[in-house]
Amino acid sequence: MRIENHPILGTFHEGGQMVTFTLDGKEMQGYEGEPIAAALRAAGVMTHRHTLKRDEPRGVFCAIGRCTDCVMIVDGKPNIRTCITPLKAGMKVQTQYGIKAKE
Amino acid sequence: MKRYDLIVVGAGPAGLSAAIEAAKYGLKTVVFDENARPGGQLFKQVHKFFGSKEHKAKIRGFKIGEQLLDDAEKAGVEVHLNATVSGLFDCKEITVIENEAMHHYKADAIILATGARENMIPFEGWTKPGVIGAGAAQTMMNLHGVQPGSRVLMVGSGNVGLVVSFQLLQAGIEVAAIVDAAPRVGGYGVHAAKVARCGVPFYLSHTVIKAEGDDRVTGAVVAEVDSHFKPIPGTEMHLDVDTICMAVGLSPMSQLLSMAGCKMQDKGGIVPIVNEYRETSIKGIFAAGDVGGIEEASSAMITGKITALAAAYELGFAEEKEFREGETCYKASLAQLHEGMFSPANKGRTDLTVTDEGVLLSQNLLKKGYLDLGEIMRFPGAADEVKKVHGIHPVIECTQNIPCNPCQDACKFGCIAVGADITRLPIVNPANKCTGCGMCVASCSGQAIFLVNDDFSETEASVTLPYEFLPYPEPGTKGMALGRDGKAVCEAEVVSCRLSPSMDHTALLTIKVPKEMSMTARFFKAVGV
Repeated sequence: MRIENHPILGTFHEGGQMVTFTLDGKEMQGYEGEPIAAALRAAGVMTHRHTLKRDEPRGVFCAIGRCTDCVMIVDGKPNIRTCITPLKAGMKVQTQYGIKAKE
Repeated sequence: MKRYDLIVVGAGPAGLSAAIEAAKYGLKTVVFDENARPGGQLFKQVHKFFGSKEHKAKIRGFKIGEQLLDDAEKAGVEVHLNATVSGLFDCKEITVIENEAMHHYKADAIILATGARENMIPFEGWTKPGVIGAGAAQTMMNLHGVQPGSRVLMVGSGNVGLVVSFQLLQAGIEVAAIVDAAPRVGGYGVHAAKVARCGVPFYLSHTVIKAEGDDRVTGAVVAEVDSHFKPIPGTEMHLDVDTICMAVGLSPMSQLLSMAGCKMQDKGGIVPIVNEYRETSIKGIFAAGDVGGIEEASSAMITGKITALAAAYELGFAEEKEFREGETCYKASLAQLHEGMFSPANKGRTDLTVTDEGVLLSQNLLKKGYLDLGEIMRFPGAADEVKKVHGIHPVIECTQNIPCNPCQDACKFGCIAVGADITRLPIVNPANKCTGCGMCVASCSGQAIFLVNDDFSETEASVTLPYEFLPYPEPGTKGMALGRDGKAVCEAEVVSCRLSPSMDHTALLTIKVPKEMSMTARFFKAVGV
């Protein structure tokens, strides 16, 4: 959920541009320039990838580009740290399985 | 290869302060930071900082960040962003990954200000989506305006765990509990108290043992631990949460210093052995801020300045007189922050039982996160209450020696005194008349000051408390007053909710309660909310 009004910080994304991107082919919306992970979390998406050996789900953990748990396939490129990669209109985001998209 | 006089690694509070200081002496300086934005973790800090005026006390962290960026720009500091320093060599050379290519830089001095990373403890299910670092929670809600969850278990009661818990509440998120394996609250009592009075329970000597759920966290199991921090079977307790937030300490990111061959030591994390100017065993390589040992942003900014001043002097940019003067000033400023029961020298101590003034410390504060009424009366900030002063007056529930004194500066009428030693407990001077302006309430970074008026009416008293939540209750709103433990204690009605620019978003909420509740009512909850 997005924070509409914060007692200290006020509102976020004032004048920001909502853009459309896709997650596994499904259309979604987010603010241009916010981290992909923020847009996904706001839309209720928790799982960013599944591990190679045990197929376990992983999501955002550190949110500052350090732990690499939130990596996904973005515009065909795997291992993109979604917590520090800015969202752009038309981005194609895919859940990562191991180091690939689902066959 | 490009040459500079000084290279700074890290554009957080320490690194930027160092670069600004170096610019004063004319050093050709460059700062590298791996992030897209400078400022380090400062922009996630929405609380008011501690210390005194010169430490930027009562200014919120992100505002300090904005000031630093402004100062850096004015000083003409060159900052490379999205630039990861991958190597540090004893000849004072670094390699940097910028634009997917490796670049090579050399300087006469290097200041490492890489900060720290969060620690983690593994437990069953800890890799599930929904288990996050406290820093991640801060990043999501305070930078990006997205709630990291709807109901959170906080693991860790140090200042990070306490501050982030409060920030979660401010962002409209429930905090189910704060657990800590230690038997005592680790952070400042005032941070604990402001969370506790919102109704968040503290479970000390407890830890999280399981994250429940299939593909995301749907609950948590916590259990009591024994003196060896082992969970005690049969004490397990389930909590309905969708997020588990880990705030179990920080470790210095000192790998580059190890790589360069600096002599290191293990002091709750691997840190370089440094001299009084934070210079490492390799001449010309310095460590500023958390990379030299975990503290907080205020001292990081000072150690940044100290390292830059020392580098400027060693390289011949600063005169001896300038150096000596600067050194004296910065060391004194740092020494102030290093006083009190939370000082680096007292780290890990559990044997402190009294304050510097000789007042017995509150054990409830350490075990439950809040003071009992009986305990408060023995502290000097509640002295008026003991003497039953007529009319409105401040009650200061500041009961630990922490370096902070904005309350003293805030009161223009001389009602509050801390003294030159900023770790002393504030004293209320009943000889000077309180006007009820409330500036002390708004200026207290620990939100530990209340205005009490036992003579509000025949039967009622008024209590004015700091309030940083939305929506602000309208006058006339009826609800419940909560005690320090966050439990409803009596009915209450809002008299006023004041806010002015000088209060910087800390509203002064005045409620009226039955007279006998004036020293018990410490928070307000509107009915039906």
